[in-house]
Amino acid sequence: MKRSPGALLLRWSGRILVAAVLLFVLLPGIVVAISAFNDRAILVFPPQSWSLRWFWRAFSYPDFAKGFWNGLTVTVWASSIALVVGSAFAFAIHRYKFALRNLLEGILLSPLIIPHYTIGLGVLILASQTNVGRGLPLVIFAHVVMVLPFVMRSTYISLENLDIRLELAASSLGATPLRILFTVTIPLLIPGLLSGWLFAAILSFNEFTATLFVSSHATQTLPVAMYNYVREFADPTLAALSVIYIVVTATLLTIANSFLGLGKILNVDAH
Amino acid sequence: MNTRPFLGWFVSPAGLVAVALVAAMLAVFQYSVRAYIPGSLEVSEFTWQNFAAMLRPLYALAFWNTVLLCFETAVFTLILAYPLAYALVRTNSSALRSFILIVSVTPLFLGEVVRTYSWMIVLGNNGFLNTLLLKLGLLDRPVQMMFTAGGVVAALVHVTMPIMVIMLAAALSHIDRNYEKAAESLGAGPVRVFLTITLPLSMPGIVAGFSTAFAWTFSAFATPQLIGGGRVSTVSTLIYQLGFSSFNFPFAASLSIIGLALSLAVVALLKKAASPLERMAATT
Repeated sequence: MKRSPGALLLRWSGRILVAAVLLFVLLPGIVVAISAFNDRAILVFPPQSWSLRWFWRAFSYPDFAKGFWNGLTVTVWASSIALVVGSAFAFAIHRYKFALRNLLEGILLSPLIIPHYTIGLGVLILASQTNVGRGLPLVIFAHVVMVLPFVMRSTYISLENLDIRLELAASSLGATPLRILFTVTIPLLIPGLLSGWLFAAILSFNEFTATLFVSSHATQTLPVAMYNYVREFADPTLAALSVIYIVVTATLLTIANSFLGLGKILNVDAH
Repeated sequence: MNTRPFLGWFVSPAGLVAVALVAAMLAVFQYSVRAYIPGSLEVSEFTWQNFAAMLRPLYALAFWNTVLLCFETAVFTLILAYPLAYALVRTNSSALRSFILIVSVTPLFLGEVVRTYSWMIVLGNNGFLNTLLLKLGLLDRPVQMMFTAGGVVAALVHVTMPIMVIMLAAALSHIDRNYEKAAESLGAGPVRVFLTITLPLSMPGIVAGFSTAFAWTFSAFATPQLIGGGRVSTVSTLIYQLGFSSFNFPFAASLSIIGLALSLAVVALLKKAASPLERMAATT
């Protein structure tokens, strides 16, 4: 097909625009990666001498190690509890009509629009009024509330795509509801449940604002430990930690993309 | 036979979580109308004083600043994210597709602290941008970018980009391309096809992305706190300051109630303003 000079110009300016936006998205990551190898203890760009010592410090700084394990504990508990509670509830709203159905659904989806500081403040005040200590269970509860909408949505979408005739077939062959649930419904929902869990886990591991309110020094998660670090120190340790973070996340996403198709999970594939 | 097996078992745990969430929100409401006892987490008698205090210029200004910041962020994010979402959906090269997808989605999973920290290195006086501009001779001394509203907006645009790209791409991928082909065959140029077909049809994604970007920015804390460095005060930084520096939880609670109401109102307003456009998109 022949293209006019105008169309060609449009095509190339479009490409340059996309490249410029991609550069904007990538720039902070590139800058942080270069700064992480800076030998000096203050942030100067570009670095004059190079070193790996900030990576060592990132691994040996006790608050980061503690924050990582706290964060992992909170993430595993919160996303697993949210998976059980949220997918069971999604099943109920998908299949049944019951009293307070819409009200309950509205309440549980509301953390999508309530600012996280309001959730954090509310959980903190509630804990102090009921004399619940500021331990890990409190952090886990706040995280369950925040990731529940994502699990509910992912399970609900999977239920929409589930062929109900498979359950009817099992039922007509005499299977009890419990047996149908465990041998037909749940196995068919596994991909949706897994992607819901994964999404919840990633969000929970990175949640910062509400966690800042509800955690104490003993229960702080990695993002909170990082925030406290950047307020106290100006050395590139956090740059080194950010590089590890970016590399691990991008690797996980690339793997997820090649095995599961990220486009499908995020619903951006062309039809 | 029970026609609704497991109903109780499946609803009660969710019901418990909902009750606890409502209790937490009621606790915020209840604190917002109580007097503050300096130096204590306890609160005293009922009062409207906290809400009255919000009319003071310092707090009114913080609200205005926050709304402005959210609006600017959402506009710039939309302008930058649209070409990326368009390229993501329309490119024929699957390698480029995966690249754009990974690059634009990875930041979503990095969390606010990592991303804000990277921007501190980009914007600092000895940071990347100032060094680059000095070396190129475009500047003779560093320009202050940290601790300014402009710096906060740049970083917030970066933070809200991924979710905007995802929402725009979802809308663009659901457009029936036969409409575009029909317009082309009737002689419309590419610019006209885009402006009269593609753009209006992607309106649901634009509205969803814009309101989400707005709500996210409203809720952002690490970015205005670290990049603003106390010189850009927003609702979120004020709430944290009131809660954890002066332990004035009642006032922090009333601020977050007004903040919540304001953010809901703006999102509702946006949806309403966009509904004629969406109807247009639905009928074309």
